[in-house]
Amino acid sequence: MFFRTIIIAGAIGLLSTASHAGCGIDSGSVRIGGNDFPAYQAVAEAASQCAGGGATVSVDLNKDHKDRQVASLTANPAEFTSSLANNSALRVLMNDGLVRPLNNLVAKHASGLQDMQFVTVDGEVMAIAYMANAQHLFYRSDILDAAGVAPPKTYEEVLAAAKAIKDKGLMEYPIAGTYEGWNLGLEFINMYLGHGGEFFKSGSAEPAVNNAKGVATLNMMKSLTEYMNPDFLTYDSNAVQADWEAGKVALTNLWGSRAGPVTDGEGSTAEIESNTKFASAPTVAGGSRPATTLWWDGFTIATNISDEDAVATFKAMMNGITTQMALANAEKATWLIKGAKQNPAGVGVLASASGGALPYPMLPYFGAMHTAIGAEIIEFLQGNESAEKALEDVEAAYIAAATEKGFL
Amino acid sequence: MPHYTFLKFIWPSALAMLIFIALPIVSISIQSLFIEHEKILVTVENCTPFGCEEITKVDLEATEAQEAENPLGKYNGFGTYTNRNHLAFSELKQAWSESGGLNDFLTEVFNLPFYKALSFTLAYTFIVTPLVIIIGFFIALAVNRLPSFFKGPTIFICLLPMIITPLIGSLVLFWMIDAEGIIGSLLQIIFNDPNLSLKASPTLTWVMLFVYGVWHHAPFAFIVFYAGLQTIPRDTLESAMIDGANKWEQTRYVIIPHLMPLAVFISLIQLMDNFRVFEPIVGFNAQASATSLSWLIYNDFRSGDGDMLFGSAAATSILTIIGISVLMTPVIVRTWKANKPVIGAR
Repeated sequence: MFFRTIIIAGAIGLLSTASHAGCGIDSGSVRIGGNDFPAYQAVAEAASQCAGGGATVSVDLNKDHKDRQVASLTANPAEFTSSLANNSALRVLMNDGLVRPLNNLVAKHASGLQDMQFVTVDGEVMAIAYMANAQHLFYRSDILDAAGVAPPKTYEEVLAAAKAIKDKGLMEYPIAGTYEGWNLGLEFINMYLGHGGEFFKSGSAEPAVNNAKGVATLNMMKSLTEYMNPDFLTYDSNAVQADWEAGKVALTNLWGSRAGPVTDGEGSTAEIESNTKFASAPTVAGGSRPATTLWWDGFTIATNISDEDAVATFKAMMNGITTQMALANAEKATWLIKGAKQNPAGVGVLASASGGALPYPMLPYFGAMHTAIGAEIIEFLQGNESAEKALEDVEAAYIAAATEKGFL
Repeated sequence: MPHYTFLKFIWPSALAMLIFIALPIVSISIQSLFIEHEKILVTVENCTPFGCEEITKVDLEATEAQEAENPLGKYNGFGTYTNRNHLAFSELKQAWSESGGLNDFLTEVFNLPFYKALSFTLAYTFIVTPLVIIIGFFIALAVNRLPSFFKGPTIFICLLPMIITPLIGSLVLFWMIDAEGIIGSLLQIIFNDPNLSLKASPTLTWVMLFVYGVWHHAPFAFIVFYAGLQTIPRDTLESAMIDGANKWEQTRYVIIPHLMPLAVFISLIQLMDNFRVFEPIVGFNAQASATSLSWLIYNDFRSGDGDMLFGSAAATSILTIIGISVLMTPVIVRTWKANKPVIGAR
C-alpha cells in the first residue's frame, strides 16, 4: 500500500512536470523517429516532456531506423515530423528532399544554440547537431603496462603493442575491430582517410581508390586482422563491446558512444573497467590525421508535414537538447550543447576531432562507394585475392551501383 | 464439373493469384528495365560542427523536373541485367580472354557478386535437398517402428527444428558454434586445434550452413513421409513377407515405390525453398563467405542508409524466378508425365 502511494505520487509528480515543461506548444503533433541508443533516448525523453495541452509527442526509436527513414519521410504526411540523423542519414534524406530548411524556425524559435551546431548546406540550415561521435582508440592500460609498451599513437605502434602482448602470452587476440558488413566499409574509409586518400577524381563521381594509398590501407587492415579473433569478419560493434567487457581484447578502434557503456559498472569487472582508457584514433603511415571519421548527430524536420507540426516539433526538439538534458546525461555522449560538461568517456572523440580527423563525407554518391568497399575487400582479407584486385573490384561495383542511381 | 461451376469455384483464388503473384512479377519486370534519372549535381558549401567544406549535392528542382516527365526513371533496357553486379557479360568476356586457364577463369567468375551468390545457392540447393529427403525418410522409418507410447513425444521433438523460426534457429546455432560455444569448443577438442573456427573459413561456413539447412528442413520431409507410411497397404506388405522378403527388401520394393510421389513432392518444395536460402546467412553473419541470390536482393535494400537499388533488386528477383523455373522443370515434367494416364482415364 505504502509503495503504491509512492508510485502514484511519483506518477502525479511526473505528470505535473510534464505539463509545466513550458515548451510553449499548445497544438500540433510531434513524432520523433531515430536510431535507438542511450544518447538518442535521452534527447527524445526530454523532448517528450513537451506533451500536454493540445500537443502530442510520440517517440519511436529503432535500431534499424536507417532502413525505414526514407520510406517514412516520403509519406505525406510523413510518419515522423523529426528524424534524428547523422552525416550519412542527412545525405540520404537530402538526396530526396525529405527534410526542410530550418532557417525560419531557427530565427523565430531557437535560443542558446552554438554556431557549430548548425549543419548548413548552401547557406540553409538542414539539421541542428547536438552530439559528436567517432571511432577512436580504446586501450587497456594494465595490459599495455604488463607488456611494457606505451599507449600507441600510430597504427604501426598498435601492431607493435599487439605483438608484445601476444609474445608475452597476455592475450591470444589483443586487437578487435568492427569488420562486419557496413562497419568493414567504414574501417577502410577511416584508414584510407588516415593515409590521406581521396575517394573520387576531383570534381566528379568517378572512383579513384585503386592507388598506392588504397593498397597501403588494405595491407594495414590485413596486418591488424592477424592479431584479431579469426572470426573477425562477423564482428560488429556489439561483438567488439562484448569481447572488450569480457577482458579478451586490449586494443580497439571503437565508437565514442560505446565508451560510456564499457565503463558504466555493468557487464564487466571493476578491474577491466578501471583500466579501460580512451585516446584519439591512431594516425597511420606517418600521416598527421587520425585515421577515423567524425560524425555529428542532430535533428531534422520533415518536409511533408504541416507548418504547425513543424513549429511544434522544432520547439519540442529544442527542449530535447537543453543544457539540463546534457548535464543530466553527461556520460551518454559527447554533447555539442552549450554548457555541457566534458565527460571522461568523451576524451577520445574530442582528441580525434582536435587532431584534425575529417568528417564522414556528405557526397550524395558516397553511400554507393561505402557499400562497394564493404562488399569487395572481404576476399583480400580472407587471403584469396590481391589488394589491387580488391580495389579494382571496389571501383567496378561502385560504378555499377552509381550508374543505376544516376550519378555516372 | 460444368465450366460455370468451375469458374465460380476458382475465381477467388484466381483473383488472389493475379493480385499477389502476377501483378508484382509484372511490376518488378518493368522496374528492372529502368534506372534512376541522371542526377544533376551542384557544388555547395557544407558546414558541420567540424568545419566547412565544398561538397556536391543533388539539385532537387532539376531532378524532380526529370522525374515528373518520366516517373519510372531512365529506360536502360537489359543494362541492369548485364552489368557487373548481375550477369556481368563484359566482365566474363574479359576474364575469358585474359585468363590463363579454366581455373583462372573460374576464380574470376566467382569473384563477381552474382556468380558467387549463384554458386552458393546452387550448392546449397543440391546438397541440402537430397540429404533432407534421405534423412527425413530414415527418421520416418525409425519413428514408425517405435512403440505407440513414445510416438507422440518423439514426433513433437523431431518437428522442433521446423517450428523454430529460421532466424532464431540460426542465431542459436551461431552462438553454439562460436569458438567459445558448446559445439565450437567441442570441435576444437576433438580435432585438437585451438584455432579451429567454423566462422573464419569460407569452406567451413558453407558446411555449417548446409548442416543448418538439413537440420531445419529434415522435419518437413520426415512428417510427410511419416504420413505416407501410415497409408502403406498392409496386404502388399504381407504378401511381400510371405514371398520371403526381408526388412530391407520390403523397404526397397514396397515402401519406397509407394512413397515415391511424396519424394517428388518434397523435392519440388525443397528445391523452391532452398533456392531462396536467406535467413541462415543473416543469422550466421555469414555474408563474408556465403551469399545467395535472395541475400543479394536484401543487400540492395539494406546496405547504406536507405540508398535503395530498386532496379538492381528487381533484376535479381527476375533472375531468381528464372532460376527456380529452370530447376523445377524436370520435376514438373516428371509429375505431369506420371499423372497423364490418370487424367486420361478420367
